[in-house]
Amino acid sequence: MIEVRGLSKIFGDKVVLRDVSARFEPARTSLIIGASGSGKTVLMKCMVGLMQPSSGQVLYDGVVDFVSLPESERRKIRQQIGMLFQGSALFDSMNVEQNVMFPLTMFTNMTLKEKLHRVNECLERVNLSNTNRLMPSELSGGMKKRVGIARAIVMNPRFLFCDEPNSGLDPQTAIRIDELIREITLEYRITTIINTHDLNSVIGIGDYVIFLYKGRKEWEGDKHTVLRSDNQALNEFVFASRYFREIRDQLVG
Amino acid sequence: MHLGKRSIYWNETLRQCVDIGVGSLVIVIIFSLFLGAVLTVQTAYQFTTPLLSRSIIGSIVTNTAIIEMAPTVTCLILAGKIGSSIASELGTMRITEQIDALEMMGVNSAAFLVLPKIIAGTFMVPLLVMISGFLQIWMGLVVGVITDVLSAEEFMQGSIQYFIPFTVTFALIKATTFGFIIASVASYLGYYTSGGALEVGRSATQAVVASCMLILLWDYLLAQMLL
Repeated sequence: MIEVRGLSKIFGDKVVLRDVSARFEPARTSLIIGASGSGKTVLMKCMVGLMQPSSGQVLYDGVVDFVSLPESERRKIRQQIGMLFQGSALFDSMNVEQNVMFPLTMFTNMTLKEKLHRVNECLERVNLSNTNRLMPSELSGGMKKRVGIARAIVMNPRFLFCDEPNSGLDPQTAIRIDELIREITLEYRITTIINTHDLNSVIGIGDYVIFLYKGRKEWEGDKHTVLRSDNQALNEFVFASRYFREIRDQLVG
Repeated sequence: MHLGKRSIYWNETLRQCVDIGVGSLVIVIIFSLFLGAVLTVQTAYQFTTPLLSRSIIGSIVTNTAIIEMAPTVTCLILAGKIGSSIASELGTMRITEQIDALEMMGVNSAAFLVLPKIIAGTFMVPLLVMISGFLQIWMGLVVGVITDVLSAEEFMQGSIQYFIPFTVTFALIKATTFGFIIASVASYLGYYTSGGALEVGRSATQAVVASCMLILLWDYLLAQMLL
């Protein structure tokens, strides 16, 4: 479980996050949604320590305040965190197998045979068997995301962060990635937090959804309530397209 | 430290040694052969008087190659080749979030990415400088004989007669210092790149310019301190 308490982030005189609080439970896919520039990525980066918040706390398992920990202690907690980056962030100089194996080599005493077994297990889990020798430049966008997921789960993390996992993907591949993340979350009881502005993801896997608007937490709920909310800012975001407005009118009408 | 972790650091250092050393070998060979040839031709052009022995040409080519051309000029060339390569590699890793990915795994990204490059730069550049020095002198001799400026015996006689062993030590001190400067300046500028492709290019350019300036500055300082 991860809890954010009163998190704020100020760049110069610009307030990017204002007093955001939220609670992310295990075995649930929690989504942070909002328009571009609403503070989603900054919130995620503050939660994993890639940015230092101006004020507030980030509690892992309700006790450890990640924000106040020194870098050496943060690194220990990060070994329990998996992260899928927007551009996948695979290491260009390593092939698929080496990319997924990297955390195992760095932080475990497993033999090569054990590591290979675990790598193949994870690649199979993301439907990428027999791609071990391919280089990142030889992969499609969707394959890169799946290798990113395999690398993120190879250490059996307790926390999984995904930054825009569907960006740049076609709708079918995006849905498959969403389903994969959800399956993994339930299977390993991971606390999963996803940054997205893809409404298909919200409606498909949003067990818990928070909506950021101009750096504030404007609304929270789930995939069942997001379409029926009377919050004006949320409605403007969700029903920005005519297609979604028609769906709402059908639901309400 | 885990055994595997140690092997990853070791492999990364070896990869950098290959990138820097083997990757720069062709340009160093081509540059050194031409420079050696030019050194002999231009030195011969300036010493046309019959009052001086022609073996003095061998002495000047050898000493110039060892003291200045091999360490300093080669390193200026390498600053362009290695410096831009390191800065753009790290800059690209930064903007594509590969460095963030390392941090997220709990890896000290600076130690993992920068240290092997500095070690490789500090060890491989002196090797390249030694190769360059040897090739410059050899090519100087060959061109001297081919163009009938002086015989091989005269060249060797001049080289040996006025040879000061400390110049080799001095050249290696310079090469080690310059290798460290090239790798560390480029790593720093690449690691702290922010923005996009334009900034990566800017970092690479800054790395080359800053390395060249520092090489010239330290060239003077070392000469002042050690000679």
